[in-house]
Amino acid sequence: MNTPNLSVEIAGIKLRNPVMTASGTFGYGAEFAHYMDLESIGAIVTKGLSIRPKAGNPTPRIVETPGGMLNAIGLQNVGIDAFIAEKVPFLRTISTPVIVNVYGNTLDEYGELAGRLDRIPEVAGLEVNISCPNVKQGGIVFGTDPEAAFEVVRQVRDATIKPVIVKLSPNVTDVVVMANACADAGADALSLINTLTGMAIDLAKRRPVLANITGGLSGPAIKPVALRMVWQVARAVKLPIIGIGGIMSATDALEFMLAGATAVQIGTANFLDPTAAQTIARDMERYLAEQGIDDVKELIGALRS
Amino acid sequence: MNFKATVITNVEVSPGYYRLRLTAPPFFVTAATPGQFVMVRVNASIDPLLRRPFGIFDVGVMATEYPDVQQPFLDLLYKVVGKGTSMLAGFHHGDQLEVLGPLGKGFVAGDASEDKVLVGGGVGLAPLYYLARELVKESRVHLFAGGRGKGDVLCITEFERLGVETYVSTDDGTLGDQGLVTEVLERFLESGDGAKTIYACGPFPMLRAVAEIAGRTGIPCQVSLEAYMACGVGACLGCVVKGRNHSEAAPDYRCVCKNGPVFDHTDLSWEQRL
Repeated sequence: MNTPNLSVEIAGIKLRNPVMTASGTFGYGAEFAHYMDLESIGAIVTKGLSIRPKAGNPTPRIVETPGGMLNAIGLQNVGIDAFIAEKVPFLRTISTPVIVNVYGNTLDEYGELAGRLDRIPEVAGLEVNISCPNVKQGGIVFGTDPEAAFEVVRQVRDATIKPVIVKLSPNVTDVVVMANACADAGADALSLINTLTGMAIDLAKRRPVLANITGGLSGPAIKPVALRMVWQVARAVKLPIIGIGGIMSATDALEFMLAGATAVQIGTANFLDPTAAQTIARDMERYLAEQGIDDVKELIGALRS
Repeated sequence: MNFKATVITNVEVSPGYYRLRLTAPPFFVTAATPGQFVMVRVNASIDPLLRRPFGIFDVGVMATEYPDVQQPFLDLLYKVVGKGTSMLAGFHHGDQLEVLGPLGKGFVAGDASEDKVLVGGGVGLAPLYYLARELVKESRVHLFAGGRGKGDVLCITEFERLGVETYVSTDDGTLGDQGLVTEVLERFLESGDGAKTIYACGPFPMLRAVAEIAGRTGIPCQVSLEAYMACGVGACLGCVVKGRNHSEAAPDYRCVCKNGPVFDHTDLSWEQRL
């Protein structure tokens, strides 16, 4: 039996396999180096980065829900100066491509971040976060209005020659409208979905569980929604798509590829098992070998109707 | 590291409290230090989805039915509070679960010549047993154990068997003195001189009261925190607490899982509510 080819390409970034880690679930990579082989996965996407350090939301920030979890971390991050000084030196030591997730409060901040990251060779590409539901400014403001999304993607596009991936929110009426706006503005790829806005209530206390009141739902509970949105966008837009949403296994990941994704991101599963991304990449290879599929690319969009 | 553990025993030591003994790989027993914790996955399915954090109650090596085979083990002491711990209470000898650890930063032993003062509230006693077992080797150890009632003060005989001098108090007076553990602690500290270090684990209000006493008396103090957490490895940022210099402009959030769970009391902001 031949070893199947798992490599894929997203906007010029060569991935050894389609398994990436989702922003906000994998720190800056180093946190997981003790637990798994960082060279075993396709790419690492780092925690959402802003110009200045961000404190994030008060606690409680997370709560478990059936088949999922709500989080309202509030984009806590070290800021770009500390990222370059403290995080990039480690990322230099691995060959796996590193994609930096970025967000701003204003159009100019998105542009400034993109411009500064453009000069850092260790950064393979940018993932533009226009979909965080947990911060009042920025994020979701740009992710729910197609004209605002167009402007922010254009700003980033003009500031960097690196590949630009835009991460889409599911909290919209029509995700295809948003996808088209990003494509028109010059995005190289789309990743979807970010978390679904949700809420948990404590009956005994008659209070919301999260300090932020609402949070983003992730985990297996959202997989059917994510699959549907990936399928819709893949049919409507020519850009490569990265599927995200409740992927716990190689089976889940390959379902997203059938729906039209070129690659996938593993998020909440990293919390359950710090080796999850590596395990999923290994199991994907085993599945292809067992099924006699020579190249994983054969499965992209290969959904039968 | 992540490993599959087999349940050796899972005994209800007091109503609603269990002591769970699991097999552990040899490295675990060598690597684990007092105050560290593990993340336990009680279910291979997706409900409950996340692992549960538990302080390490004890580690060791035990005899088996085969004379020349010894079994490394890990003990946890837990209270049934929700879905995950209810499921855990149903585990029997031979059942398997997944354990990630040892995780976090544990207690610092400090100078052996000083008296060691342990303060535990309810299930907060869990990480203090392994600590006491190490500290009694070189130091005098005192334990102040508190709980709502006698059913919430756990494993006191085990501590006494180590040679620890124990002081028990309960809110309802059903065991030991009636009142707060911190009141008994304060009377003890007033009555004796000599260098001491305090090690505390329990509900946040108790820890705040202990930290206040430590601040006032100048006695060094380490506290072990509990927090909701998803990952246990510093990635989710769900378990953060405010550090002493925290402000909105200059955030000083610390991960309980990675920077803790044990902190020097001066490293934390005690203004926050947890």
